[in-house]
Amino acid sequence: MATKQIIVLNVNGDDHEILVKPQQTLLEVLRETLGFTGTKQGCNEGSCGACTVLVNNKPTLACSTLAVAAVGKEIMTIEGLAGQDGTLHPIQKSFVENGAIQCGFCTPGMVMSTKSLLDRNPNPSEEEIKEGLSGNLCRCTGYAKIIKAVKAVAAG
Amino acid sequence: MQRGKVTGVTDKPSEEIMEGYSVIGKSVPRTDAWDKVIGRAVYTEDIKLPNMLYGKILRSPHAHARIVSINTEKAEKLPGVKMVMTGKDILPVKYGIVPFAQDEYGLAIDKVRYVGDDVAAVAAVDEATAAEALELIEVVYEPLPAVFTVEDAMKDGAPEIHEGPKVKNNVSIQYRKEFGSIDKGFEESFHIREDVFKTHGQYHAPLEPHAAIAMYEPSGKLTLWSSTQIPFFLRHNLASTLGITEDRVRVIKPVVGGGFGVKIDMFSKDFCAAFMSMKTGRPVKMVYDREEALTCVRGRHPSIVKVRTGVAKDGRIISQYIDLTVDGGAYNSTAPLIITLSGYFAMIPYNIPNLVLDAKHVYTNKYANGAMRGHGAPQMRFAVESQMDILAADLGMDALEIRRINALEAGCDHPAKMILRSCGFKESLDLAANAIGWKEKRGKGNFRGVGLGGSGWASGVNNMSHIGGGAVVKLEKTGGVTVLTGAADIGQGAESVIAQIVAEELGVSFAKVRVIAADTDVCPLDSGTFGSGVTVRSGKAAQLAARDIKKQILTVVAKNIGGDPEHLTIKDDYIWQNGQKKMDINKAVKLVQYADIQVPMIGRGYYQLPAKEPTTLLRDNGDISGSYSFGTQAAEVEVDPKSGRVKIIKIVTADDAGRALNPDQVEGQVEGAVMTGLGHTLFEDPDFDMTNGQARSTSFTDYKLPTALDAPDQEVIHIETDDPVGPFGAKECGEGATIYTAPAIVNAITDAIGVRINDLPITPEKILRALEEKNNKGRKEA
Ligand code: FES
Ligand code: FES
Repeated sequence: MATKQIIVLNVNGDDHEILVKPQQTLLEVLRETLGFTGTKQGCNEGSCGACTVLVNNKPTLACSTLAVAAVGKEIMTIEGLAGQDGTLHPIQKSFVENGAIQCGFCTPGMVMSTKSLLDRNPNPSEEEIKEGLSGNLCRCTGYAKIIKAVKAVAAG
Repeated sequence: MQRGKVTGVTDKPSEEIMEGYSVIGKSVPRTDAWDKVIGRAVYTEDIKLPNMLYGKILRSPHAHARIVSINTEKAEKLPGVKMVMTGKDILPVKYGIVPFAQDEYGLAIDKVRYVGDDVAAVAAVDEATAAEALELIEVVYEPLPAVFTVEDAMKDGAPEIHEGPKVKNNVSIQYRKEFGSIDKGFEESFHIREDVFKTHGQYHAPLEPHAAIAMYEPSGKLTLWSSTQIPFFLRHNLASTLGITEDRVRVIKPVVGGGFGVKIDMFSKDFCAAFMSMKTGRPVKMVYDREEALTCVRGRHPSIVKVRTGVAKDGRIISQYIDLTVDGGAYNSTAPLIITLSGYFAMIPYNIPNLVLDAKHVYTNKYANGAMRGHGAPQMRFAVESQMDILAADLGMDALEIRRINALEAGCDHPAKMILRSCGFKESLDLAANAIGWKEKRGKGNFRGVGLGGSGWASGVNNMSHIGGGAVVKLEKTGGVTVLTGAADIGQGAESVIAQIVAEELGVSFAKVRVIAADTDVCPLDSGTFGSGVTVRSGKAAQLAARDIKKQILTVVAKNIGGDPEHLTIKDDYIWQNGQKKMDINKAVKLVQYADIQVPMIGRGYYQLPAKEPTTLLRDNGDISGSYSFGTQAAEVEVDPKSGRVKIIKIVTADDAGRALNPDQVEGQVEGAVMTGLGHTLFEDPDFDMTNGQARSTSFTDYKLPTALDAPDQEVIHIETDDPVGPFGAKECGEGATIYTAPAIVNAITDAIGVRINDLPITPEKILRALEEKNNKGRKEA
């Protein structure tokens, strides 16, 4: 077995020095080592989007990314999105107000994907929203209220 | 924005406040939305306990085999492995949802019955070690012949999946339900036709995989955190299979990431985590991977439904004979329920004076099927609603009209003696048809079409034992309210709706109510989340508990300010007398506390509809629920004749869910249910290798769930009927809306292409084949 190594990961603005195995995924390290359990594991094989985090502002499936590959980059998880004082990010607020959350298991990934979508395209059309969220599965909402929530943020 | 704040309530003039509801009927954000959106909601998988071990299950590679021997020695010697267990270690006590149909052990004993059956379990210091240990367990199997279709399973001489006198030709449960006289009915019919419909399986696929953590303490107490829908039944099943009393088991349901029925049964992750924690004295965590959470749990029952219907000239249904065979997979799970519920939902939403249902539940060597959103009704409604369109065409009638003529109404003398206190079905037909543009769009062909499907569903199934719920409402000195409920929120929003009910009934603001739920040591007994009964059952219990405490407060206040307590009420945090504000709730609470009556201030409520003991669902006619939801779905589709692909343009749901306590949440339930129905109708299809029973759909890559790209335009129309049974007039809304999606879409496709497909799913290949056959026929006739 390959040897463990010490790496530094920057998560939500803070540096964390940790010991990892080369094959450990970013998801495992975030959840198990660092306790950022807001990032969800729905499949662990890159096909549900529940583990979506932002790495250097790019939506990234943490289950399909090695922890070592995230060294030197800025990682943002759902825990890092709200303000220090607890104020919700406009996307979070919109999800809450528009009934876009049921079981909530897809929510963190969905919110992170929305953030990346709106960063790239602040005024997406309905088709662009659907396209932008098509990698995030939700079994509860039928997507209707999620799409509505995203539209509402885009409209400001 | 403030958490849970209902704005614009207390600033209104008093007359306006006294009218109408303060929080009922308002789309307040759910109480748990905030935690969920910041990543703070704690699901079972997120919990870590000191000194915790990780468990894994060894699963059968054979669809049907005898276990000759299991050698665990090597696995036990692997450093880091703390325990290995097999069926030999456990009590031979069977468990299951329905007592007389129990046929499962915590781990397989002697025999495995599907690829994935639970054979052994390991607990180790970490997951990787546990996984490595599984590879070291040596199992010798003697493979047995296996069957994968109900047709093969029922043949004489077919392999016996469960031996024993109760099962013949693998038919594990069989029942006949009869109302009126079908023979006479068919004699009187003007037109009779028979059709056969087939439905396929479906994975529930909640995004959160199944998980459990067990912690056994030296005192003899076992605590299990589990992603379950039914904490109290789980406690019961755990205690009986472990051979301990229920009072030593505490089941806690953390936040659950969806269930849809697949978290009703106990699974080996619950049983083995508990067993190994008891033996090792350490907490044990078990989380299923995605493949296990799809292929080793439960699914929707595939079915074959033969329907023979006799109608009068004007389209009235006179007689109906239904022969239903469902593929149960390797175990019974909810077997008696699926077939009886199918029967009951053949009796709704149309008046069918003479009906016979012959139903069978058949074992096959595939994963077991169980309750899934609609539980039996989607299969039945797909068949019957498809045939309604066929009958209408035979009679030269409009498909909307034939439904209107047969629609049940509130207060009717129901042939099966169901009591319909409220029923918005007729209205739903008209509203859905109008909204989809029925008149303009129906029958135009040209690969675009509209279709309808109607249905109803129970607000909890009550004609069986122990289907009740309790609630306790505690009032704090500061005016805060704590509700203890056994209701299990699995994402549908039960806790939030219960908070709304208590806030309204007690007259306090929504933000003051905190709900503590689904902990069997702390919360009152509740039967759990199934049959779409939570709002009506647990919600009503909470309402009664709030009413109880309200009465206590008002008695004391009346003594203090004079007058009859009956003329006092609490609303928007104030005590009111004859339309006048008298004092705020905090002051009232203080009064009560200084009065010489018992503290703590506790209100109690319990709600259960009359039920018979033991379960009588199988035998009796009669009401099976306190209330029934009704609705119609209308679909508009476009079919591409070149590729056979179907585009769903719009789905309208006109839904009578009684009073919508939280309209946004009702809509959310409907929209989600529609997508589950849409996926099932068009492409979700658990695939098996029919030579060996190996599941082929083992991930979200080869089992496609609908994505945002599949989301059609949806319109939800609420029909408010104010049912007298449920809290504030509410009925169910979680399951009903998934039932009629398939017939609405299929009837629309038929309208678009002019040919009907009777077996789900409606894939592009089937459409192309149907079009080709139609063309060939057209050519021959020409
Ligand atoms: S957990 Fe990473 S995509 Fe599903
Ligand atoms: S809210 Fe449950 S999966 Fe999206």
